[in-house]
Amino acid sequence: MANNAQEKTAIPFWRDERILNVLGQVAFVIALLLFASFIYRNMQAGLAQQGTTLGYNFFRVVAGFDISETLIEYSRSSTYWQAFLVGLLNTLSVSIVGIILATALGVVLGVARLSTNFLINRIAAFYLEFIRNLSLLVFLVFWYLGVFLKLPRVANAIEWSGGIIWTNRGVGIPWGLPTDSFPTFRLILFIGMILALGVFIALRIYSRRTGRAPLTLLWTVLTFAAVGLFGWFILPEKPLVLDVPFVKGLNLAGGKILSPEFMALTSGLVLYTSAFIGEVVRAGILAVNKGQVEAARALGLTGFQTLQLVVMPQAMRVIVPPMTSQYLNLIKNSSLAIAVGYPDVFYVSNTIQNQTGRAVEMISLVMLTYLLFSLITSVFMNWYNQKIKLVER
Amino acid sequence: MRKTLWIVSVLIVASIVLAACGGGAAPSGGGQTVTVVETVIVEVPAEGAVVAPAGFGVTLAAVQARGFLICGSNSQVPGFGFIDANGEFSGIDVDYCRALAAAIFGDPSKVEFRPVTAAERFTALQSGEIDILSRNTTWTLTRDSELAGNFTATTFYDGQGMMVPVETGFTTLQDLDGGTVCVQTGTTTELNLADVMSALGISYTPAVFEDADSTFAAYSEGRCDAVTTDKSGLVARRAVLADPAAHVILDVTMSKEPLGPMVRHGDDQWFDIAQWVVFAMIAAEEFGITSANVDSVRSSSTEPEVLRLLGVEGEMGAKIGLSNDWGYNIIKLVGNYAEVYDRNLGPNTPTYIPRGLNSLYTDGGLLYAPPVR
Repeated sequence: MANNAQEKTAIPFWRDERILNVLGQVAFVIALLLFASFIYRNMQAGLAQQGTTLGYNFFRVVAGFDISETLIEYSRSSTYWQAFLVGLLNTLSVSIVGIILATALGVVLGVARLSTNFLINRIAAFYLEFIRNLSLLVFLVFWYLGVFLKLPRVANAIEWSGGIIWTNRGVGIPWGLPTDSFPTFRLILFIGMILALGVFIALRIYSRRTGRAPLTLLWTVLTFAAVGLFGWFILPEKPLVLDVPFVKGLNLAGGKILSPEFMALTSGLVLYTSAFIGEVVRAGILAVNKGQVEAARALGLTGFQTLQLVVMPQAMRVIVPPMTSQYLNLIKNSSLAIAVGYPDVFYVSNTIQNQTGRAVEMISLVMLTYLLFSLITSVFMNWYNQKIKLVER
Repeated sequence: MRKTLWIVSVLIVASIVLAACGGGAAPSGGGQTVTVVETVIVEVPAEGAVVAPAGFGVTLAAVQARGFLICGSNSQVPGFGFIDANGEFSGIDVDYCRALAAAIFGDPSKVEFRPVTAAERFTALQSGEIDILSRNTTWTLTRDSELAGNFTATTFYDGQGMMVPVETGFTTLQDLDGGTVCVQTGTTTELNLADVMSALGISYTPAVFEDADSTFAAYSEGRCDAVTTDKSGLVARRAVLADPAAHVILDVTMSKEPLGPMVRHGDDQWFDIAQWVVFAMIAAEEFGITSANVDSVRSSSTEPEVLRLLGVEGEMGAKIGLSNDWGYNIIKLVGNYAEVYDRNLGPNTPTYIPRGLNSLYTDGGLLYAPPVR
């Protein structure tokens, strides 16, 4: 303390680094607040000049427009809020489907890129280099106008034996149609899930007590599958019947019809993102010390076992953080749906904004939506990263 | 020591924030800083005014100071707003902006066309990015009020139509039951389609696109069974399809679509100018004044209203903030309504639309100019 006091007399405050540091930060915060208040007041002044005020009351008004693809009940007499929800769910479904498929394809590509087989290696390398250097918007438009709208018209539909129909009105795939016994079946599946969870926990406890490594995942899945199959066969009526799509007049009917817009958007996003994921996977695998592989082989593990038991667990630690940002990219890139006419949250919000003139409200809501989606993904991936990262003792 | 510094700094920041929110209640010890805050607050409305001009006469002053007009227009609908083969904007909505520039500057070329999509046009107008929106925009109550704009006059009376490929053999909307309809987002068309189909109980799937080009591209690829927009738009777009004869516009009118230029709320002088440019063009047609004969009419006419319109008598231009030869300039440099119509939608154009409702009231149409007095 005495030392401190001495310093104080020795150095005037305008040359005291500690004080200057704090003052600098205070000045920065003040500047930031002034800027924010300037922006806010400017917006208010602008809005006042137009005689409008901010508010989300318009969400209760009838939307009056139709949306081509809806996962929930929606018609022109629904409200703007419901329209927004439709868009939100569409974004979610594209993102989830996209992330799953892109991850699967990306892992295959990353491994193929490292293959010692010359042909596989070169093809993967060409794919990665080609796709990664395209503009996503151009790529999406290509898939839409160049591929899915160029499919034959409904009259000359391409019908595959599996019940898949390709037309420029959409791709029809067989789909399970729930029957009267479906609710019961759903209940049975739920019970199966609880049982499987029980098995999982029991095996984990067993493993911890005895130090043995039972095939936890296999038994868990088997339990669930067994209960599911049991339910499937014991019910008097099959809970799901296969609904095969067919041509009906102008359009496709039955099964599940995937619109050209949805197909173009998901294909574009999946193929594009998978190229980046492929590189992430490759980097992760290469980051594992060569000695680890050699040691695994020396222990007599097969190639696949080496990958599964030694390389991948270590590679995951490198892969997960950049993978997270690829997932976030995919979610954010899905807003390009507007280019191919897929009604995602950004597209629907644009329409709402246009019909109501509520630009500030809708844009901030859309920004908040993407922020929320990204943060949730990020939180989940960070949790996963914590779980798999090297535990140092 | 450090802790004290932080507490002091937090207190300073907090007092500043309070001062900013409370509109300048001076906290003790921070007098000087507060003055700075107040100065900034005073500056805000001034800067805002430059971004979004409002108030009587502000728009005209801004346009004159800038030296040219900024007109929000279409670039994808031939006959209305289109970039032609020479890279020039053409169409009746575009010529209206030229007439407005002629009225203000005596020079129809002093206008910058800024293509805006259907979805972004109102925001562009509200935010002051464009001075006037002349882009086949339908006059509706919502747009006249909530969207903070004012429609000046109707330059084209339109109605929504439906186009289908001839080979389908469709003749009514009912034939479209179960089908898909291509439509552009952010338009009254999108809303009318939903209204009409739900009223008729026809089930359909919309395929909604962001601009006219992608809407018609999808239609011509067979993505949908029909495409809907204003009939004028259908005629115009059909002309540029690969095989125009393979498409037919159904004989149904789904809505009223009065199209016209739109200005922002808040500047009545600018509204008057924008409105009277339309009326001047219609009045010129009523009096038979064309760009070819306007000089001889000006020197020889004895009709007082014609003389007022051409700026020989009275101070008509000064009343709306322009020079008195504003009407003469419009007619001389751009033409009367009939000339503009024939140039863009007349029989000699690929986008020919019979005048129909867009004739003078004396010919059974709806065009009618209030007296220039």
